[in-house]
Amino acid sequence: MITDFEILETMKMFNEQHLDIRTITMGISLMDCAASSVEESCDRIYDKICRYAGNLVSTGEAISRKYGVPIIHKRISVTPISIVAAACGSKDYTPFAKTLDKAARTCGVNFVGGFSALVQKGYTDSDKILINSIPEALASTEFVCSSVNLASTRTGINMDAVRDMGNIIKKTAELTSDNDALGCAKLVVFANAPEDNPFMAGAFLGPGEPECVINVGISGPGVVKHALEGVRGQDLGAVAETIKKAAFKITRVGELVAREASERLGVPFGIIDLSLAPTPAVGDSVARLLEEFGLETCGTWGTTAALAMLNDAVKKGGTMASSFVGGLSGAFIPVSEDEGMIEAAASGSLRLEKLEAMTCVCSVGLDMIAVPGDTTAETISGIIADEMALGTFNNKTTAVRLIPVPGKDVGDFVEFGGLLGRAPIMEVNRSSCADFIRRGGRIPAPIHSMRN
Amino acid sequence: MASGKNTAVISVIGKDKVGIIAKVSAILAENNININDISQTILDDIFTMIMMVDLRDLQIEESDIKEKLNALGEELGVTITIQHTDLFDKMHRI
Repeated sequence: MITDFEILETMKMFNEQHLDIRTITMGISLMDCAASSVEESCDRIYDKICRYAGNLVSTGEAISRKYGVPIIHKRISVTPISIVAAACGSKDYTPFAKTLDKAARTCGVNFVGGFSALVQKGYTDSDKILINSIPEALASTEFVCSSVNLASTRTGINMDAVRDMGNIIKKTAELTSDNDALGCAKLVVFANAPEDNPFMAGAFLGPGEPECVINVGISGPGVVKHALEGVRGQDLGAVAETIKKAAFKITRVGELVAREASERLGVPFGIIDLSLAPTPAVGDSVARLLEEFGLETCGTWGTTAALAMLNDAVKKGGTMASSFVGGLSGAFIPVSEDEGMIEAAASGSLRLEKLEAMTCVCSVGLDMIAVPGDTTAETISGIIADEMALGTFNNKTTAVRLIPVPGKDVGDFVEFGGLLGRAPIMEVNRSSCADFIRRGGRIPAPIHSMRN
Repeated sequence: MASGKNTAVISVIGKDKVGIIAKVSAILAENNININDISQTILDDIFTMIMMVDLRDLQIEESDIKEKLNALGEELGVTITIQHTDLFDKMHRI
């Protein structure tokens, strides 16, 4: 028998602490949609997505009703388009992005991820076409997200691609300058990208994934913060234990929803991604959660240690709650999407260099960070190179989602609205790394013995 | 995946008033929902009533029971929610 206390605890998590299922993401393989013409391939893609995901939104809504659990997003991830489009012979993949956009609109989902390429070791001809199509694709669509995997621990870092992505990010910013470079908010580069991630902008369905799969992303920094308020002043062992318990409960909700969605849609269940994903709402912030450890402002000394512990304890609680935890699982530290991060960055307490250090122990990387519009492509590539190195050499996923906002400089703010939030333009080290970036080539994979 | 029992938790949170239980019970009776257990507490100065109910053949997501309870909640100035019991079992029991 469930006790009244447990019932009230659960209700408070949903009503006051912003616990929600962030996304039910249906992964759909488009491997069988390759064709010798763009038109035929796009027709197959549209038909297949609509056939598989036609009931996704209504199913999500029914589950939300049954359990009284908010399910914020229903989304779709697909096979990287650079693979699907390779046989079509076109030199421009923008029509594929427009097809994904149309399918997303028909299905009623709010994002579709997979305008992607995996180039950690080198480019295929198709990868090059896809990457060159990114700026136009993101400027001419609403719901499409793009990602490129540039590095992995097994292959090292493709520095040609790191160099090229600096230019692509700049071009995307220019083409979407009317919307404060919003296109860049839908573009992320990875090291060690997970193939089953349900979160945007980096969701795609990897080549090792099944025909169709349900992956669920769950959030709840507010729940963990609330739990920690109950152990103020106690030692860090008690903090770790409290985080694990909260993460366990959150993950169980995700598992319940994922299993039910899988059963109703007749699609296998893939993974739960237990990520503390903040929103700009007060009470839904990872920065405030870190401050609850005893830090005056997120970004001060101790922040990295607190984040490391938080990230690890979240994973430990999550893996106890579900045997299939995957994706990015851990704590996200996007700046524009987190009320506490925004304030810390605006006050100068949280700087880009500290964020980089934090990405060594968080679940992803430099995320939703606005930088001056005149930041050069080489400098952006340099920031990416550093972040790829952290992921590659520490055997973890890292990512970069930078937004060089045209016409804005340090001291300005950029407003994206909704869940993408708002961000102060952050200062970037202006000393040149251009000669380093121009070298190109590959950074070899790290050695796996002598780990120190 | 479900426990097999089609039961739900109905919770009423807000300011105590005359007739809350009677009015909620009336809606449940109209919908052929049986009450298994009722408890009332004052927690943090807030009146809380929790009902465990047997839904029998009714599916929460396919019926308008949620809307009916919400409307009653608005009338009485309290928050009424209905949630399938599997949620609580899953969260709080290993």
